Amino acid sequence: MQTEDMIATDEFCINHNIEIDFINSLNNSGLIEMTVVEEKSFVPASQLHHLEKMVRLYYEMDINVEGIETITYLLQRMNTMQQQIVQLSNRLALHEDE
Amino acid sequence: MPKIKHDFCWVTQPQRVSHPTKITTNDVYLYIIKGKLIPMEFIDYYKILGIDKNASAEDIKKAYRKLARKMHPDLNPTDKEAHQKFQQINEANEVLSDEAKRKKYDQYGKDWQHADQFEQQRQQQSRSRYSGAQFEGDDDSDFSSFFESMFGSSERRNKTKFRGQDYNAELKLNLTDALTTHQQTLTVNGKNIRITIPAGIENGQIIKLKGYGAPGVNGGPAGDLFITFVLAPHPRFKRLGNDLYTTATIDLFTALLGGENTIDTLDGKVKLKVNPETQSGTKIRLKGKGFPVYKKEGENGDLYVTYEVKLPVSLTAEQKDLFIQLSKLK
Repeated sequence: MQTEDMIATDEFCINHNIEIDFINSLNNSGLIEMTVVEEKSFVPASQLHHLEKMVRLYYEMDINVEGIETITYLLQRMNTMQQQIVQLSNRLALHEDE
Repeated sequence: MPKIKHDFCWVTQPQRVSHPTKITTNDVYLYIIKGKLIPMEFIDYYKILGIDKNASAEDIKKAYRKLARKMHPDLNPTDKEAHQKFQQINEANEVLSDEAKRKKYDQYGKDWQHADQFEQQRQQQSRSRYSGAQFEGDDDSDFSSFFESMFGSSERRNKTKFRGQDYNAELKLNLTDALTTHQQTLTVNGKNIRITIPAGIENGQIIKLKGYGAPGVNGGPAGDLFITFVLAPHPRFKRLGNDLYTTATIDLFTALLGGENTIDTLDGKVKLKVNPETQSGTKIRLKGKGFPVYKKEGENGDLYVTYEVKLPVSLTAEQKDLFIQLSKLK
């Protein structure tokens, strides 16, 4: 049986001094995947880094959830493009001496 | 009393002092801390945030957020310059958004003539509150020396927990190093980290070591360490994904009549059969003789060998005659 470390959203909210509504709106927009077990909601620990980043975007930079969605998408695209650049430069190196 | 030159400074005899001694010139603060003379340039926090000195708390908040949206490390994960700028922005906000700190900064920060007075006051405060220990830890890179000198390390209390900055590092390997899974010990900020490098790692591939970045602020988690692998080019083999490419030279007679040719692969020599009438540029594939597939043990890419036919030089008279005869047979 596979097990996964989960973080209780209410504890996360207390520790970060944020409202649960914010976590719910991230869940509603598909930015995080929340799991409900016995009426208590959890977020996989693997998403913690991503979740903390979104907390900073929202509370420190005053970016709303729609903005976070756009940023997340663009950062993913940037990451994919950076990988493509690496692949292309590796491919280019193959022909450099020819 | 040390001698001071205006824009650069030295001490006639290194002074050992238990608490910092401050010397003032027209444009820099100079501190002697543990015998070292440390210049501290005045930092204009208003200029950093692009606001004037009468800016309201709301203006400061707006200016900080606007700049943070551009320079925040979350939005510029690999940009070192943005990280540094964000640190300055953060420091400026830390001072100007706090009423007491801003007042102190406005009162003494811009007015160099009152610096001595400020220093006396600060030292009195530090003796009564911090036993003069606040300058001990001046190696925290999150804040400038100017900030530390004015507010002390014990005063930077953010309400928010910050995750530590991510570190980026490059690790250079030879192509042959990446053939096998092996371990290497790296030293990052004085800490030894033993990492396992899986066989088949790609040039430009990045791996993340969680928690090996800068320590968090106010109990926040440590950042991560991102290692980019840079594989040095091999003189004989080129790599594309899991496949390897090389060139083998065969003489004219083997190319025309066929025969055998021994070539080097990355894991030893291989004897190949050369078909008669092999053209220069003919490519053959040696299945499974390429690079190991990343994290798939026992799987390898292919090796592509391109034949290059080498024409004979310095022909004897007899050889020339025979080639003439051959050419007449066309």
